[in-house]
Amino acid sequence: MQTVLSIAIDALAYGMVLFVISIGLSVTMGLMRVVNLAHGAFAMIGGYLASYATRDLGLGYAPAILIAVVATAIIAVPIERLLYRRIYGAPELTQVLMTIGITFCVIGLANYAFGPTLKTIPLPETLSGSIDLGFRAIATHRLFAIVCGLIVAGGLWFLIERTAFGIRLRAAVDNAPMAAALGVRTQLVYAVSFAVAVGLAAFGGVVGAELLPVEPYYALRYMVTFLVAVSIGGAGSIPGALIACLLLGTIDTTGRYLAPEYGEFFFYLAVIVIVTLFPRGLAGRFK
Amino acid sequence: MAVSMDPTPVTVRRGLPVNTLVGIAVIIAASIVGYFLFPNNLALLTRIVATMLLVLSIDLVTGYCGVATLGHAALFGAGAYGAGIVSAHFGINEPLTMTLIGAVAGALAGLLSGIVILRAHGLPQLVLSIAVVHLFHEVANKASSWTGGSDGLSGITTDALLGMFEFDLWGRTAYVYGIVLLLIVFVLLRILVQSPFGMLARGVREDPVRVAAMGASVHSVMLRMYVISGAVAGVGGALNAISTQVVGLDSLSFTMSAEALVMLVLGGTGSLYGAMVGTVSFMWFEDVVSAANPFHWLTIVGALLIVVVLFAPKGLYGSAAAFLSRRRGGAK
Repeated sequence: MQTVLSIAIDALAYGMVLFVISIGLSVTMGLMRVVNLAHGAFAMIGGYLASYATRDLGLGYAPAILIAVVATAIIAVPIERLLYRRIYGAPELTQVLMTIGITFCVIGLANYAFGPTLKTIPLPETLSGSIDLGFRAIATHRLFAIVCGLIVAGGLWFLIERTAFGIRLRAAVDNAPMAAALGVRTQLVYAVSFAVAVGLAAFGGVVGAELLPVEPYYALRYMVTFLVAVSIGGAGSIPGALIACLLLGTIDTTGRYLAPEYGEFFFYLAVIVIVTLFPRGLAGRFK
Repeated sequence: MAVSMDPTPVTVRRGLPVNTLVGIAVIIAASIVGYFLFPNNLALLTRIVATMLLVLSIDLVTGYCGVATLGHAALFGAGAYGAGIVSAHFGINEPLTMTLIGAVAGALAGLLSGIVILRAHGLPQLVLSIAVVHLFHEVANKASSWTGGSDGLSGITTDALLGMFEFDLWGRTAYVYGIVLLLIVFVLLRILVQSPFGMLARGVREDPVRVAAMGASVHSVMLRMYVISGAVAGVGGALNAISTQVVGLDSLSFTMSAEALVMLVLGGTGSLYGAMVGTVSFMWFEDVVSAANPFHWLTIVGALLIVVVLFAPKGLYGSAAAFLSRRRGGAK
């Protein structure tokens, strides 16, 4: 029973972190149809910035998160303008080549600037302990990650379903030329959603640093996991991404607890089964 | 003959055209130049040749059939482990037999992964291919009594080639053997891609619906191509196992798959020359840059990829071929 609970909590926390990072990828993929392999690199940049802010500048956890999110989004805007805009509508392979190139660059620069060691982001007092639920104590940080995931899901749902920007976004997703003809400034929509997506990646990178440790090869190591999450959820769908991330989190965590010697065997086996059963994702708009 | 441009000119040729002979001559010339330019670095050159076979095999499914895969190292690694295991565990040390077994192992892996990967399209397909290479990797890691697990498979020995040429310390025999294998594969693939079957595969890439409407089975074309591609990758893996006498888990890794795909796109898809040019330029560049600046080499390689996408979107060879419009279209 204890094991089941531990697995459930860890799976939920891991799934939520996965969700926070990959939902941005899901939105940009649904919107811009770009296979963005560099998404993990932005999460990593966020993690590095937060680590730098807390350990070297001595700032608190909350300002560090803010700095990481805003700075990463600011870094991303020129990258979107100069690089990504050239590959909208390009063949998949070209996009893969470009975004892998960006990932390599970021890894190389991170390695140079911060060194090859693992970076930690010290948690504040309030998050480092554990909370007693009466029958069981759980790490506060896990709870924090779960709450963050829920807030992001709720916030995004509100942004996309209930605001004017959301309407433009959905219009651009469904039919970009028609939306542009009706006066939606799709270029601006692209830029803003890209910045939001990257900001969320950075946020997830910071919040999830306990589960996905920040180091230079982060970008390459977890890129596949994020891509898998988006593909299973179906690009552009929030509920799909949420379900997919929780499912993947559960499978991965259960595998790690019960059969660690098999590594990620069961994870990828499950991925194959799921993709075979739902080739368009659990709730996808991606063709 | 039309100039090389899209849509690809469709011609079925018989026999060995001038173009293939030119290709053979270029490969031989390049390998001789390489031999004399880098006499102390033949191991690198052999590794390039082995990787070239892998990249050629990706080109068969990606460039000619339009299947995007980030998991092709599974086939390469299957060949490497196939050849390595028969040598280390069964004492079959004859290099030609080992190569053949590598090809068969690669073809089997190609059949297996083809069955899985071809079930989806687009992004899910990419994800399936990634899952496949990770599965292969985990299985090889777990079956450590056969594969040596993360320590790598050692204990591979090779007899003299044809009973005459020992595999020497400098890797001369391995290099020459690799070049000969490459030439054989190149000629066979030239015949393949210009055969009616090769044309059908291109048709599948251009418009699968129409090919299906014509009465051909799209799935079977792609699966057959996958098996052939597996055999080619397996030969590459076997060559790697024979020349280095060790097989590591990295030959089954996602990183290897991704790098090989990058090499292909760098050179230009849908062209055997593109695959070879891409491999040579990427690996040579990586070697030079990582030796010159170990801190920044990954950054520079990344920048190179971005520059290629921005300024040579069809890849080095593809763009050069398009630029030199006098280049024959059959080379594409």
